[in-house]
Order: sequence, then C-alpha cells, then structure tokens
Amino acid sequence: MGRVVVDVMPKPEILDPQGKAVAAALARLGYGQFTGVRQGKRFELEVDGEVTDEHLAAARDAAATLLSNPVIEDVVRVAAEQVRAGR
Amino acid sequence: MRVGVVTFPGSLDDRDAARAVRAAGADPVPLWHGDDDLRGVDAVVLPGGFSYGDYLRCGAIARFAPVMEPLVRAAEGGLPVLGICNGFQVLCEAHLLPGALIRNDSRLFVCTDQRLRVERVDTPWTTGFTAGEEIVVPLKNGEGGYVADERTLDQLEDEGRVVVRYVGSNPNGSYRDIAGVSNARGNVVGLMPHPEHAIDDVFGPGAAGLRFFTSLVGAALEQAVSA
Repeated sequence: MGRVVVDVMPKPEILDPQGKAVAAALARLGYGQFTGVRQGKRFELEVDGEVTDEHLAAARDAAATLLSNPVIEDVVRVAAEQVRAGR
Repeated sequence: MRVGVVTFPGSLDDRDAARAVRAAGADPVPLWHGDDDLRGVDAVVLPGGFSYGDYLRCGAIARFAPVMEPLVRAAEGGLPVLGICNGFQVLCEAHLLPGALIRNDSRLFVCTDQRLRVERVDTPWTTGFTAGEEIVVPLKNGEGGYVADERTLDQLEDEGRVVVRYVGSNPNGSYRDIAGVSNARGNVVGLMPHPEHAIDDVFGPGAAGLRFFTSLVGAALEQAVSA
C-alpha cells in the first residue's frame, strides 16, 4: 500500500480563528514562546502498490478541486509517504 | 411561479424557506440533493442548515451533489438562485459566487436579530427594497465570516455587487461588513442572514425578510407583463 499526503493551510492573509484559539490556549498553559499558530489539514490518500507519478498528479488535481478551497487555502505539500509496516 | 427549495441531508430551514415562498404567493417545489433534475422550476432557494460533507468545509462536498449540476448550468443561464447561510456557503464552493465563508472571528456561534443595509436592489431577490434601506432579520451561524482577497473585494464594491451589509455590529468578522453578495449578472444572490425567519410579526423580528421572496414574484410578474 502506498500513501500520498496532502497538506492544506489557510492562506496567510486569511484570518484563522482556530489557530488564534489554539495560540491563546498555548499561552494560558505557559507556552508563551509561541507567538502565533496556524491550523491546517492533512489528508492521507491511500493507493494499492507503490505511489506513481500518476497518483501524485491525481492527488494534486484532487487537492485543487476538493481538498482545498483556493480562495482561503493553499496546498502546501503533495508527496508520497513511506508507509510503516503493520499499519 | 414555482420555486424549488433544495434539501440536503442536514438542511434545517428548508421548511421555513418553503413557507416564505408560499407567503410570497409562489408555489414551493421540494428538490432533493440526490436528484439531477430541477423539475422545471422558475427559481431555486438553497436553504440554511448544514450540508452533507461539511466535515471538510461548509458546502465543499454538497456542491458536488447531483442537483448542483443542473443548478449551476441554469444559474449561469440566468435562473434566479438565492442561497441562505449554508446555501450561501454552497454557492461559494460551487464558484457561482466569489469568496468563501470561514469560522466566525469570535469563534462563537452567533444568534441574533441583525440590522442590515440593503445596497443592491436590481437583483430579482431585492427589487422590493429601496437602496440604502435598513432592515432587521435573524442571523445564526458558526461559520459566517465572509472573506475574499482585496482584489475581489474591490471588484465587488466597484461593480455594486454587495447586496446587503451588516450595520451597527459585525457579528462574524466578515470583511467590509459584507452580509450578502451577488454574481455579476445579479440573478445569483447569497445571504448569511435568514430572511425566511422574518416573514411576519408573530415569529420573527418583523416581516422585512418576506420582501426577498415577494421581490422575486414581483420581478417575474413584471417580466411577464413586459413580454
């Protein structure tokens, strides 16, 4: 089994209320060294066999049409990932 | 006049939307998200609530529902379409309207009687208002923050496509206090507030919301007379 990982992040100029909430909670818990948090999404797309270039191209396409909304989000990574044995 | 009201799994204002359509003098036609047919309706309302697939983003998966295919085609051909709340989110995800709706800046679900200013009155949904008129309708959302890049916002302003704007307070952090926008042609309108909850003095804060629906019926009548 192969796996393609797609990471999607809110665009820098778009307000990220979730990230702000997490940042405030971190500060409350004493992690004051973190000055900002942005919260994104990670998708794991599984395929039979090794990840091919076709898989990656399809994942990029899916990332642009469904997994992200380009108005508010950037696809920051589409990559094959080594799948550990036993999972 | 027959007005379709689409029900997605999770829609919860479809009955109210149908009631508002009926109160305005038109016939509501229930449409199911899984059907790929608009049943020959003269306009469509996408009601509020939630839609299947909101786990990803509001409206992101709903926009691929079978009913959306003929709807997008018809909307591009000029069919009047009104999206309310979740319906607004679905229209943005379907690229019928610009921008996107994100979680409220307060991170709280907001439920309030909201003051609005109606700014665009030449859409089929707003001809019954006068430009600049202020009204109060209920608003209830968790992800109602309207966002778009500066260029898109400037374009919306320049082309007069901001249909309604929040007045007094901005309940969800929407950029430039935008509560509703239209497409360039004006037939597709998205609203975050809920006019279908303000169609009489008994159950809502007045009846101003009804005029979005009577506007549609009035515009259709006018068209029929002039044709």
